Amino acid sequence: MKRKNIIPGYGLTFGITLTILSLIVVIPLCSLVVFTSRLSLPEFLYTVSRPRVLSGYFVSISTAFIASAVNAVMGFILAWVLVRYDFPGKRFLDGIIELPFALPTAVAGISLTHLTTTNGWVGKFFYDLFGIKIAYTRLGITIALIFIGIPFVVRSVQPVLEKIDIQYEEAAMILGADSRMIFRKVIFPEILPSLISGFTLAFARCIGEYGSVVFIAGNTPYETEIAPLLIMSELQEFDYTAATSIALVMLAIAFVILSVNAVLQSVVSRRISGLA
Amino acid sequence: MELRKNSGAIKWALILLCFVFLAVFLLLPLFYIVITALRDGISGYINAITDEYALKAVWLTVQATLWAVIINTIFGISAAWLLTKYSFRGKKILSTFIDLPVTVSPIIAGLIYVLTFGRQGVLYDYLDPLGIQIIFAVPGIVLATIFVTFPFISRELIPVLTAQGVDEEEAAALMGAGTFTIFRKVTLPHIKWALLYGVVLCTARAMGEFGAVSVLSGHLRGKTNTLPLYIELLYQGYDFTGAFASSSILVVMAVIVLILRLIIEKKGKKELDNKK
Repeated sequence: MKRKNIIPGYGLTFGITLTILSLIVVIPLCSLVVFTSRLSLPEFLYTVSRPRVLSGYFVSISTAFIASAVNAVMGFILAWVLVRYDFPGKRFLDGIIELPFALPTAVAGISLTHLTTTNGWVGKFFYDLFGIKIAYTRLGITIALIFIGIPFVVRSVQPVLEKIDIQYEEAAMILGADSRMIFRKVIFPEILPSLISGFTLAFARCIGEYGSVVFIAGNTPYETEIAPLLIMSELQEFDYTAATSIALVMLAIAFVILSVNAVLQSVVSRRISGLA
Repeated sequence: MELRKNSGAIKWALILLCFVFLAVFLLLPLFYIVITALRDGISGYINAITDEYALKAVWLTVQATLWAVIINTIFGISAAWLLTKYSFRGKKILSTFIDLPVTVSPIIAGLIYVLTFGRQGVLYDYLDPLGIQIIFAVPGIVLATIFVTFPFISRELIPVLTAQGVDEEEAAALMGAGTFTIFRKVTLPHIKWALLYGVVLCTARAMGEFGAVSVLSGHLRGKTNTLPLYIELLYQGYDFTGAFASSSILVVMAVIVLILRLIIEKKGKKELDNKK
């Protein structure tokens, strides 16, 4: 039923919202569209298919994927521990999870780099013992992205886990399920959508991440050069065409990731509600 | 209940795993900054953070953060009010646009501003004769900071206002209250903790933004260097004590943000319980 809205302020809030939104988001985005329409297709294809650019995409996507997978596992365990167990220091643990949001990425970047070079506290240990280099390798990039992605999965799984009714588990147990079966059949399906969306958010964020990665990456072409850095170097040479081309592919990748998430969410939730 | 008791060994193993994971990935980098900052003694530390350029960078960061908080608060309140109190066409598109800035890479955020205001940009021909310079100047830094924190406040307010509904505002409007009276007396008391929370998140992200600001700054020492950019400059010049000393300012801010977050969350929850 539609009825007339009597709360005043529609015109005012509509005006303010639209003005600020246009100035900050819409106009700059339009200029991206305008600039894109001026690109020629062969030039665009040439730019984004250069081996160095392709390797940049590969480095960004593969390290972001591995880091997000690690965070999906650790984030799930963290959420589980925070919701289901009581132990000293729980509030502290819960409080520091948000640190990657609060700590500037560049600060995290230089600290992680300094710690993991072959002279650093952690890097020396790994280098002397196992011969593994961390800083200035893809492993280093992955470490920085794990740092950035920690809060995403925890914060998306935690509220769902809190809401699961204990009755289901009790019912399953009375019916003779052991704890592993309860986890697999009762708990895991419930939290799967939130786990997927936490993973996706972390993944999308990590692909575009710049500040924490540039320091630890070492930025060797074909080895540890990430896609955002390629855009940055094209901009520094004032090659806006190349920068925009590389950026468009990254936007497309982000769009695909978010769409896959949307599809998975609807598939999984339909499965749970028994419609499929 | 059995499921929660029988896994004593697993429970403590998981808790230990969480503590070790967060200690290595979050606390170690944090403490490392503080220790390295104080490596050359207290006087070296004080010299580093009272350096003329360091102070200028701090001041620019404060300015950009203040602008971001002010604009995003005005926008956040008005957008949240608009999206929750009225129904109109295009609501979904509007909220998609509001959330867009956090899904794009900070480098791409910087790029779209360069494409808008740069020498080849869409608006350059109009702004240049007026003597308005946006990129490689302070306004560009401010705009980039607003962009990357754009949805932070509205996103905190919208769920609270949705849950609260429109009945109270309608009653107030029927009794003849104007827009600002309704906002101040009816709406604001409901959203004050969410608003404060949004402001804290916005501040945290704004003061630490690196990628987008880095694209737009031009890196003029003392003029367009924010604190994170200044840290990069020192780090690349191998002035590690200076870089980590300046970083420690941001570490302190991050810790304050985390503590404020816990306090606000607790107060907000208490108020919600009182109402019930």
